[in-house]
Amino acid sequence: MANWYDPFLQTLEDAQDLADLQTASEQLRDLLNIDHVVYHWVSASGEQYGCGTYDPNWVRHYLEQDYLRVDPVILGCYQRFHPADWKRLDWSSKAARAFMKDAIKHGLGNQGYSIPIRGPKGQFALFTVNHSSDDAFWTTFTENHRRSLILVAYAFNQKALEFEGSADRGPQKGLSPREIDAMTLLAVGYSRAQAATALSISEHTLRVYIESARFKLGAMNTTHAVARAMSQGFIVV
Amino acid sequence: MIRFIYADDLDDNPILRDSMLRDRAVQFRHRLGWDVAVDREGRERDQYDACNPLYVIATDETERCHLGSMRLLPTTGPTMVNDHFSDLLGGGSVESPFIWECTRFCLSPQADSTVAALLMLAGGKFLRAFDLESLVGVFDLSMLRVYRALGASPEVLGKSNEIGVGLWHFTDDAQARLARRARVDVAQLDACFERDL
Repeated sequence: MANWYDPFLQTLEDAQDLADLQTASEQLRDLLNIDHVVYHWVSASGEQYGCGTYDPNWVRHYLEQDYLRVDPVILGCYQRFHPADWKRLDWSSKAARAFMKDAIKHGLGNQGYSIPIRGPKGQFALFTVNHSSDDAFWTTFTENHRRSLILVAYAFNQKALEFEGSADRGPQKGLSPREIDAMTLLAVGYSRAQAATALSISEHTLRVYIESARFKLGAMNTTHAVARAMSQGFIVV
Repeated sequence: MIRFIYADDLDDNPILRDSMLRDRAVQFRHRLGWDVAVDREGRERDQYDACNPLYVIATDETERCHLGSMRLLPTTGPTMVNDHFSDLLGGGSVESPFIWECTRFCLSPQADSTVAALLMLAGGKFLRAFDLESLVGVFDLSMLRVYRALGASPEVLGKSNEIGVGLWHFTDDAQARLARRARVDVAQLDACFERDL
């Protein structure tokens, strides 16, 4: 189960529009074998943008009921930046509990994990996985997949920014000279240890350069990042 | 003890907030001589405080008095290091959901020697809890002495005459050293973290 996102990667990378993102969210749900996957961006002007596997009736009902004002996931994650298990959010109000009951009636699971996304110029979006299970299963699931889910959350967001045609989309600058050095050495077959030695930096610092380059290239792992750096002409070997 | 608190929630505790912002004015403007804006109430604030950052704040028992703090934001949005100190990185940016920026590391004049260690210990806890790679920080070079004395020196990515940009990732050894210096039971810190995040 280690690299469940590898097959999913291609779908996301090939996505050309919101309908393709919708397909990607369904594929991800099936790969993870959970009930729901949702990516949701409310723009500064209040426009909603996203995709996901919730029942369209629930989405409509949610909007009609103006649940944005009640939903503890929105209240607890909006303009926050760390991932949150739904259990840790505040469900103590009567309205929140009624909301959860209504959600479950519409096919949502009782467990959720939401990853807030901080984008360019303070853009904010939310990526959520949802499932019906006991607490023990969900704790294990989120601990095992947290890092991959953060990767995927930002990958959805980068695609969404691209589709929006936002001038601010994606990384603001290209790769830094040190990121280019690091990627070049990996591309010619150096191990991380060898690359760090060659650049006279610690392996930890090297990891940071590689990770930052990976994110800017919109890649899901180091191998993919090196391939992209080459195909986009950032590095020449 | 330690609070992990977002800016909008900190507004509910204006005494603690203002105590932090005044200590920041003292440290950054008056002691280090940075060109930072201080309002009429003596509070130092910049554009990143308006981004709803997560503050890590060491407080006294009343949780109203600031002893030390730092400010965290993911590097996927606007950050001080990318917006203002790109030249110290050799002309580039650091961007990743797994790398957060740590700025305005501040100690109150009332802080004893355990506070700096406690803050850094909390930073390490934060990294581990969310599987993050590293904190990238913008700091006054005079602080390097403090970090070294704590046994938690950053790896310096670049520096000018006064300002450095560096990475912290906190090895197990560094965390153990910091816990001893902070004279804190790690379980106590974990409890603060669980309560707040």
